[in-house]
Amino acid sequence: MSMVPTLLSVEALSKSYGGVHAVRSVSFELRAGEILALIGPNGAGKSTCFDMLNGQNIPDSGRITLLGEDTVGRKPRAIWRLGVGRTFQITATFPTMTVRENVQVALVSYGRQLFNLWGSTAAYAREEAGRLLDLVGMGAYAGRPCGELAYGDLKRLELAIALANQPRLLLMDEPTAGMAPRERIELMRLTARIAREQSIGVLFTEHDMDVVFEHADRILVLNRGSLIAQGSPEEVRGNPQVRAIYLGEGLVYDARHREGAGA
Amino acid sequence: MRRRHVLGAGLAIAVAGMAGSAMAQSEIKIGEINSYSLLPAFTEPYRKGWQLAVEEVNAAGGINGKKLVVISKDDGGKPADAQTAANELVSSENVAMLAGTFLSNIGLAVSDFANQKKVFFLAAEPLTDAITWSKGNRYTFRLRPSNYMQAAMLVEEAAKLPAKRWATIAPNYEYGQSAVAVFKKLMSEKRPDIQWVDEQWPPQGKIDAGPVVQAVAAANPEAILNVTFGADLVKLVREGNTRGLFKGRSVVSFLTGEPEYLDPLKDETPEGWIVTGYPWYDIKTPDHDKFLKAYQAKYNDYPRLGSIVGYQTIKAAAAILAKANSTDPEKLIAATEGLSMPSPFGEITFRKIDHQSTLGAYVGKTALKDGKGVMVNSVYRKGADYLPSDAEVEKLRPK
Amino acid sequence: MAFYFVQFLTGLASAASLFLVASGLSIIFGVTRIVNFAHGAFYMLGAYMAFTLTERFSGALGFWGGIVAAALVVAAIGVLVEMVLLRRIYHAPELFQLLATFGLTLMVQDIVVLIWGPDDLLGRRAPSFRGAVDFFGQNIPSYDLFLIALSPVVLGVLWLLFQRTRWGVLVRAATQDRDMVAALGVNQKWLFTSVFALGVFLAALGGALQIPRDAVHHALDLRIIVEVFVVVVIGGLGSIIGAFVAAVLVSELNAFGILIFPKISIILVFLVMAVVLIVRPWGLFGKPEAAARRTPGLTVNPWRPLTSGERLMSLGALVLAAMLPLFAGNYALTVGSEIAIYVIFAASLHFLMSVGGLASFGHAAYFGLGAYGVAFLAKAAGLPMIVSLLLGPLLGLLGAAVFGFFAVQLSGVYFAMLTLAFAQIVWSIAFQWVTVTGGDNGILGVWPDKWASSPASFYWLSLAVAALAVAVLRVIVFSPFGFALRATRDSPLRSEAIGINGKRVQWTAFVISGTVAGIGGALFAYLKGSVFPDSLGISLSVDALVMVLLGGVETVSGAIIGAIVFKAANIWLVSQTDLSKLVLGGFIVLMVVAFPKGIVGTLETIRNRWRSPEKKSALAMSRIETAE
Ligand SMILES: Nc1ncnc2c1ncn2[C@@H]1O[C@H](COP(=O)(O)OP(=O)(O)OP(=O)(O)O)[C@@H](O)[C@H]1O
Ligand SMILES: [Mg+2]
Repeated sequence: MSMVPTLLSVEALSKSYGGVHAVRSVSFELRAGEILALIGPNGAGKSTCFDMLNGQNIPDSGRITLLGEDTVGRKPRAIWRLGVGRTFQITATFPTMTVRENVQVALVSYGRQLFNLWGSTAAYAREEAGRLLDLVGMGAYAGRPCGELAYGDLKRLELAIALANQPRLLLMDEPTAGMAPRERIELMRLTARIAREQSIGVLFTEHDMDVVFEHADRILVLNRGSLIAQGSPEEVRGNPQVRAIYLGEGLVYDARHREGAGA
Repeated sequence: MRRRHVLGAGLAIAVAGMAGSAMAQSEIKIGEINSYSLLPAFTEPYRKGWQLAVEEVNAAGGINGKKLVVISKDDGGKPADAQTAANELVSSENVAMLAGTFLSNIGLAVSDFANQKKVFFLAAEPLTDAITWSKGNRYTFRLRPSNYMQAAMLVEEAAKLPAKRWATIAPNYEYGQSAVAVFKKLMSEKRPDIQWVDEQWPPQGKIDAGPVVQAVAAANPEAILNVTFGADLVKLVREGNTRGLFKGRSVVSFLTGEPEYLDPLKDETPEGWIVTGYPWYDIKTPDHDKFLKAYQAKYNDYPRLGSIVGYQTIKAAAAILAKANSTDPEKLIAATEGLSMPSPFGEITFRKIDHQSTLGAYVGKTALKDGKGVMVNSVYRKGADYLPSDAEVEKLRPK
Repeated sequence: MAFYFVQFLTGLASAASLFLVASGLSIIFGVTRIVNFAHGAFYMLGAYMAFTLTERFSGALGFWGGIVAAALVVAAIGVLVEMVLLRRIYHAPELFQLLATFGLTLMVQDIVVLIWGPDDLLGRRAPSFRGAVDFFGQNIPSYDLFLIALSPVVLGVLWLLFQRTRWGVLVRAATQDRDMVAALGVNQKWLFTSVFALGVFLAALGGALQIPRDAVHHALDLRIIVEVFVVVVIGGLGSIIGAFVAAVLVSELNAFGILIFPKISIILVFLVMAVVLIVRPWGLFGKPEAAARRTPGLTVNPWRPLTSGERLMSLGALVLAAMLPLFAGNYALTVGSEIAIYVIFAASLHFLMSVGGLASFGHAAYFGLGAYGVAFLAKAAGLPMIVSLLLGPLLGLLGAAVFGFFAVQLSGVYFAMLTLAFAQIVWSIAFQWVTVTGGDNGILGVWPDKWASSPASFYWLSLAVAALAVAVLRVIVFSPFGFALRATRDSPLRSEAIGINGKRVQWTAFVISGTVAGIGGALFAYLKGSVFPDSLGISLSVDALVMVLLGGVETVSGAIIGAIVFKAANIWLVSQTDLSKLVLGGFIVLMVVAFPKGIVGTLETIRNRWRSPEKKSALAMSRIETAE
């Protein structure tokens, strides 16, 4: 295992809002091809972690080393160019474009054609966009207006967008929220397969513990901003502190989760 | 009656206009443009004035037997729209000449259009000196006494004042700026001993009168030159009265004696200001009496200065057309240069040298009478006496 | 010393009236997100109504009662407007309400002249506030002292209203998050109506209270509306305290500014606003706007390039237009040229507004700069027309590059207001710098060279440039850059996360748009043969907005139709009637109600419905309706 390079290393990352410590001295590492789950109850600080990793949020303190580079203070777009794809807890797509165009924009950016005033976007990387959509099972929807998609499909589309820059690292904030249980398993299987094949590191959050325990290589447990446990699924399942947080729920999905928010 | 087409009929008229005028043989058309919607306070009486003139001209047999028709357009206060209107009048209505305009920039825009398209233009009201001098052209004549002339008339009186410390208040645009500049120049020539202690330039139509009055008072002038008019003047007078700005100070003011600007001041009219204007109630000449009677009979209202300008514009146009006996612009120019004619203010002449008419203005003092503002001790100043020497004018006009 | 103190008080008195009107605007915007252009019209109606009532009823009671009654009457008119007009269009694209209220403003300007006549009216002085109070030899009008005392009272009452009543809590909640109020099950309809009524009441009260110190006339609205917008924005949208502080700031800066720079007034508020917005993008007391959630149900159908059939049709329309000189006279051709130029101008703003999501309120700046560029080159440098036409728009480009850089750092209404400030700054430079620009007397004699001087050849030139400009902009819309621009508009979050430098993309779009506007301005200079500061002015900027909104902001090329319809109607009406504002305003209001998505937008919706009837329920859904 030690031969596999470290993609991401986080040291003592902290962020607070006023008195609220959203994230408190969190440290972990992620290797290429590894699938790492970040779990914790609502408000634990998961999204804040994601935001700091992709540059959307600036940590108060701590270090983030991505592919050997210190990325604290860099803009999301710069971090994206390093090879980081991301999906959002509340999906962020382009509602006035078709599904295919959503992916094409990402490909345009990847191909550094953003300031091309004269080409035709419709023709740009059409096959590649189709391939990515097929990959996430959205091929049939390519021509549909994005604004009409169901929430689960938007999540899939986000994955396709996130894969457009051939990322080395995928950050997925609740990628399966709003999906039926079977779809969840399928999407995560797909993600796992892509990760293994292309040696992409994946950090994801998930409230559905079935999904987490089936797919994660390792699990980080966050509570009130602090990392209270980390390790293999077995280790985490046995951790009494973790049990205490998810008491009585058999380590499953938090019912208060904002299902399909924004749909 | 306002000339206003019912909308439904408008289309038919527009179409008819484009088809050209079959009637052209028996009538002569003048195209008239003014800021009717933007400045109704001035242009309503103006319109009444020219409508009266049209009636009189036609009642007296028209122009060499042809009926005089005025086609009037609104420019909305925008030079670009005035150009569109001028174009319509010339291209689709085939008017013999253009006339009218109030604002200086619109006057200049139409004058430039006239020059380019070789159309005769009689500017009615714009005051800017540029229209006859620095930007004067062959095709443009102007009726009303210019900024320079009004300034010269006021300076004559102002120079007699003992005051040595002067302040100025003028709207911040070309008219205000050149009024102040000419006044200062002429005044300083006559009275090298005076000092200019403050100047205020409120934006036209947006005076914040309190601070302006306060600032002028702080400079403690002995006399004040005012160039603001309209709503700005009302605000200035009200603040000035309340704050005692005019107490113990002489005030010289452009245009304030015109009923358009004096009447709204009602019982708050400040007394003793030296102003140019139009004291219609005080003018006792046969020419004016005739006009006044006809005007009051037709409209049951008293005339404003705009009425005079509108009336005389069309009277002058008719005289020009009659003398030229043609609608050819070159013949119209030849006919106008040096042409003299009667007006309610007495005989006027269109000068050959700069195309300025010698229409003058009344200079007098403001006073309160029965709760209303009036001009008293008014004297008519002939325009011809307040123009620079021919040699100077030659230098001012482009070759 | 006494002088400075009195000058300070005088500034406060000016601030008082500004604050009353501004607070009303701010409240309305905060809750309904309506950019109420008619606010100045309500102010003016307040003054006229107060004039009538105070003339009719004598005595102190007659005066004060008349003032309050006037404000109440106008507030009732406001309620009517809200219920009959605005309610129908809350779900229309943002800024569409601006169009409606603009139409109303036009109407009111003519209506007051019809009712009250053209003359300036002098209202009564306030009983027992006629004189002045002596302060160490300086006179301060007692009515000023009354106004100075009044504004904190109004501020206090508003504060109590918002803090201590259930209604106030709802209003504050709605200001922060409109959806939340809907979720609370509040009857949003009546909340909006009551807020609008309060705002209009304050505007009318502000106007009514001016009658003892001002003249009542039909241009009062324009005098105040822009200034009030500026005050609201400086203070921070939706913040009453902000409006108060900004009104005081602006008035005091003016009161003391004129002591040093007597010509400062014309530009002061805009300078202050530009500085404030650059330093504090959300105004002094404003909060960053929550990322705009796009109204659901809008633009469900993504844009697509023209099909070959549609291309053929457009070409056909162009050929038809090119045949105009065969049967139309010179006047019609000149009007045709003017419309073609406005198509260019509107298309340039449309590109920025609908593709870029950036609604500029000062787009005339770039149009006018192009026109001045041509005038300088043709008159000062004496260059031939073709060279001036090619180089003149570069001045528009330059202006857009400089101002755009700062403007794109902001968004929404703040962007709009910063562009307005820049345009006003350019306007006042053109207006004041007489030696270079000729001031308001403009630059004359910019006539086309011989080859383009006949109306037909100029028409063909304008038409060709317009067709080219529209075609190029369309190509850009569907180019990778166009998609990057739309991406930035649709979701700043997502576009940044896929490597798009949104500000740079928007800046580029701003420059493109400004340049195209400059091309329109360049042609305009030759069409008119002259250039005036008007071509940089607010009313031209507003015209452009109206054309875009009328055509349909959510369409690819709706502005073309908007420009043709608006400009043709405008020219025709001005030529046919002195009441052109009344008719045009009424026309705009009707269009807004009949075509809530603009002409082209509505036509597209109808076509799409016809094609796929099952989708229509989703389209018709509006937030207001869902809230009920
Ligand atoms: N911009 C902000 N301002 C203030 N507090 C914030 C902000 N963003 C997050 N927080 C707070 O930080 C804490 C962590 O929030 P975060 O969104 O990271 O949680 P999460 O683990 O993603 O929760 P969820 O499962 O609900 O998505 C919460 O208490 C939240 O209220
Ligand atoms: Mg989260």
